[in-house]
Amino acid sequence: MTAIPPVMAQDTTAPLRDEASGAPILDVDDLVVTFSTESGPVEAVRGLSLEVRPGETLALVGESGSGKSTVALAAMGLLSGNALVQGRVCVGGTNVVTASDPVLRHLRGSTASMVFQEPGTALDPLTRVGAQIAEVIRNHRDVSSAVARTETIDLLRRVGIPDPESRVRAFPFQLSGGQCQRVVIAMAIANEPRLLIADEPTTALDVTVQAEILELLRRLAVDSGTGVLLVTHNMGVVADFADRVAVMYRGEIVETGSVEDVLLAPRHEYTKRLLAAVPRLKTAADYPAVTGRAQDVVPRDTDTDSVIALNDVAVRFGRGPSAVNALDTVSFAVRAGETVGLVGESGSGKSTAARVALGLIAPTSGTVSLFGQNLRKSGVRARRRLQAGIGVVLQDPVASLDARMSVGEIIAEPLRVHRRSMSRHDRERLVGETLEAVRLPAAIAGRAPRELSGGQRQRVSLARALVLRPRLLVADEPTSALDVSVQKAVLEVIGELQSELGFACLFVSHDLAVVQDFCTRVVVLRSGRIEEKGLTGETLVRPTTDYTRRLLAAVPVPDPIVQRRRREDRLAALAAGETTAGE
Amino acid sequence: MSAVIQPGKAEFSAQVAGPTGSRLAIARFSRNRLAVVGLAVVVFFVLFCFLGPLVYHTDQLHTALSEANQGPSGSHLLGTDAVGHDELGRLMYGGKVSLIVGLAAGLLATVIGTVWGAVAGYVGGWVDAVMMRVVDAGIAIPALFILLVISAISTPDTFALVIILGFVSWLVPSRLIRAETLSLKNRDYVLTLRAIGGSHTRAITRHVLPNSVSTIVVAATFQVADAILLVAYVSYLGLGVQPPATDWGGMLSAGLTAVYSGRWWLILPSGLAVILVVCAFNAIGDGLRDVFDVRGR
Repeated sequence: MTAIPPVMAQDTTAPLRDEASGAPILDVDDLVVTFSTESGPVEAVRGLSLEVRPGETLALVGESGSGKSTVALAAMGLLSGNALVQGRVCVGGTNVVTASDPVLRHLRGSTASMVFQEPGTALDPLTRVGAQIAEVIRNHRDVSSAVARTETIDLLRRVGIPDPESRVRAFPFQLSGGQCQRVVIAMAIANEPRLLIADEPTTALDVTVQAEILELLRRLAVDSGTGVLLVTHNMGVVADFADRVAVMYRGEIVETGSVEDVLLAPRHEYTKRLLAAVPRLKTAADYPAVTGRAQDVVPRDTDTDSVIALNDVAVRFGRGPSAVNALDTVSFAVRAGETVGLVGESGSGKSTAARVALGLIAPTSGTVSLFGQNLRKSGVRARRRLQAGIGVVLQDPVASLDARMSVGEIIAEPLRVHRRSMSRHDRERLVGETLEAVRLPAAIAGRAPRELSGGQRQRVSLARALVLRPRLLVADEPTSALDVSVQKAVLEVIGELQSELGFACLFVSHDLAVVQDFCTRVVVLRSGRIEEKGLTGETLVRPTTDYTRRLLAAVPVPDPIVQRRRREDRLAALAAGETTAGE
Repeated sequence: MSAVIQPGKAEFSAQVAGPTGSRLAIARFSRNRLAVVGLAVVVFFVLFCFLGPLVYHTDQLHTALSEANQGPSGSHLLGTDAVGHDELGRLMYGGKVSLIVGLAAGLLATVIGTVWGAVAGYVGGWVDAVMMRVVDAGIAIPALFILLVISAISTPDTFALVIILGFVSWLVPSRLIRAETLSLKNRDYVLTLRAIGGSHTRAITRHVLPNSVSTIVVAATFQVADAILLVAYVSYLGLGVQPPATDWGGMLSAGLTAVYSGRWWLILPSGLAVILVVCAFNAIGDGLRDVFDVRGR
C-alpha cells in the first residue's frame, strides 16, 4: 500500500456484500500492471482491488492516464505483450492472469464480453453485421447457421434496431454510429455473459444517442442479472447508470462507495476536486425568469459592429443527387467582445460553419463578412491582412501542433507570416509573454509538443492563436478531448484573456453545460439549419423548440438523484411525444 | 509519493522522462540488427573504395599485358584481368563510380519525386490528376528500355549517367510522397496556418515536407540501392561508363567471357560487392523506418 490513504471504508462495501447475492462475477485482488516501454517500466495499475457482483454496475472513473482502461483490458486478458500482470483477476472463478489461451478464448464472448468506445473500429467494415453477430454465437455454441440467424435477428430487435430482418444484411458503414454501437452491444450479449465490460461505451456518441444506449445497457443488465464494469470519465454517465463507483487516480483506487455517497458526498480530496471541475447543466430553477430581457439585449445580427457575420450561407458537398447540404441558409453574427456558442449534434454542421467563418470552406451561396469586409471579394493581400485578426484553436491537441516544431516555433508561426520584419529578439520576447499569458512557463518554448500533456498542448494552441492579438478567436471543440479538470483550467484561461484583450469568440461545442457557462449567446444547429438562437440564459434554459429541449434533456447530470428524475421525465416526454406524433 | 493530489497540477508533473530524441533514434536503429550490419557494410565499402587506393596503389590506366589473366597471388591479391589491371585495385576504382553514381542518382530521383509528389498532392484537383497520369505513363515504360535507347544514341559520361538514372527512377517516390501529402495537408496545424492567412509555400515547406521526412528518407535509401543496381545493369550491357574507367557492373561484364575458363576472381568480387551494398542499403532503409515510425507505437 502506498501513502495515499484510500477512503475505502468497510462500511460502504460490507453492507453491499450482504445485499448482493452470490459470489462476485469479477474479483480483482491486488492487481499490478507494469508496461515495459522504451523509457523504462511504467506502472499503470498499482495494487488495485475491486469486485463486481451479478446484476450490479460498478463504474470505474478517473482521468486519462489513471489506468482505468488497463483494468478493463486486464479483466479480459487482452493486455498487450509488453504488460506484466501481477495479482489476481477472477472472472466467474477463472483466474485470467494465469489462464491459458484456449481457456481465455472460451471465456471471452461467453462468460465475459466487452463493449469498446469506438463502434466504427470495433466492427469489421467488410462483413455484414448479421454475420458478425452470428460468428460470436457459433464460436461458443454448437448451433446451426439457421438458428444463429434467428438469434441474431432476435438480438438486433432486443438492442432496438428497427427492421432487424433487413438490417441483419447491412454493412457497418450503412448504419449510424449509435446503431453500430447497438450492434456491438448485441455481439457482447449474444451468449448472455455474466460480466459485461463497457469501456467508455458512449463517449463517441451524441448526448441523445448516449441516453438511448445507456437506457439499453441498463435494461439488459437488470433483465439478465449481468454484472457490468463501466469504465468512463463522464460523471453524468456514472450518475445515470452505476450502482457503485470506484474512483481511480494514478493506478490506484482512492475512493469507493455507492453512487449517491461518492457523487453527492465525496470524501477523498481528489474526488472532490474532480467533481468540482465537472460543468453542471443549469436548469430553469437556476435562472429566475426575466421577461423582456432578450429583446432588450439581443440586437439584430445585421449590426455593423459584428466581427464576423454569415448571411444566408449554404454549403453543398458533392454534385448531383448525392450532394449533401452541410449548411443551409445559415445566418449569424459575432459582435466585438462577445462569445457565441455553436451547438448541435455531430453532423449538424457546426464545424463546417466554423470553417466557413475561417475562410477554409467557400460557401456555395451566401456571404461571409469578416470585420465588415467580404472575404471572397477581397484580394489576396487584403484577405491576409484580415486573417491576421483571427485566432484558431481546434479540437485535437495532438493533431493541431506540428510534432516537428518546438513550442516556440509553433507560437511564432503567425508572427513569421504577418510580422516578417520583427527581429528575432522581439519575437522570442513576445512568444515568452504569450506563453505566460496562457499560464505556461516561458521556458517551455524549447520543448517539443510531445513532451506536453493534452491541456498544455491546447494552451500552446491558444497561445499561437493569441500571439497576434486577434479580434476574433474561433475555437472548435477546444476542450472536448481534455479531462474535466484540465478543461476547466483551459476555459478559465480563455475567459480571463478575453476580458483582458477583448476579443470576440466563436465557440463550437457539443457540451451544452460548457456552452451555458462560457457563452453569452448560442446558435443551435440541426442538420445544417439553424434550429434556434438567442441568449444562452434563455435558449439553453427555456428552449422554444423540441429539438433543443430533447438535447438538454439527454445531458446526464452528475447527481444520481436528480439524474434519475431527469431520466424519468425524459422517457415520459418521449413516450408522450411518440403517442402524439403517432410514430 | 505524497498524499497531495491536485487534478489541475497533475499535468505539470506528467513530463516525459527518458532518453532524448537523437539517443532514442539511435537506440531504435540499433535494435534492428540487420540495419546495423547494413550500415557497417556501407561504411566498409565507402572506406574501401575511397581510402583503399591510398593504401593499395595500383595502375588502372595503363595496360600490362605481361601480367594479364593471373590468378590471386602475393603481388595481386585478387589476380588481374584480361589487360593486366589489378583486380583488387579495380574493385576500389569501379566501386567509387558505382557508389557515387548510385548515391547521386538515388538522391536526384528522390528530390524530383518529392517535389513532384508534394505539389501534386497539395494542389489536388485536375493538376494532381494530370501530374499523376504522367507518373502512370512513366511507370508503364520500363526504365531499362529508355536507358538502352539513350545509350544507343550517345555514350553518357558519369554526370550524364546520374542525370539519366535520376530522371527514370523518380516515379515511385513521387507516388509515396503524394500519398503522404494528401493526409498531411488536412492536418489541423496546416488548416490553422491557412486560416490565419499563411501561404501555401509555407504550408508545404514548413509543415508538409518536414513531416514526410520519414517517407522521404526511407524512399531515398531504396532509391540508392536501385540506382546502384541500375548502373550495374547498364554497364553490364556495355552501355555505362567507358574503359579504362569502370564500375562493378562493367567489371562483371568484362569478366563474363572468363566464366568457363575458371577465372572466378573476375566475377565473384564485383558481383558480391553489388549484392552486399544493395542489400545493405535496403536494410538501412528498414532500420530508418523503425526510427521514424513513432506514431505506430
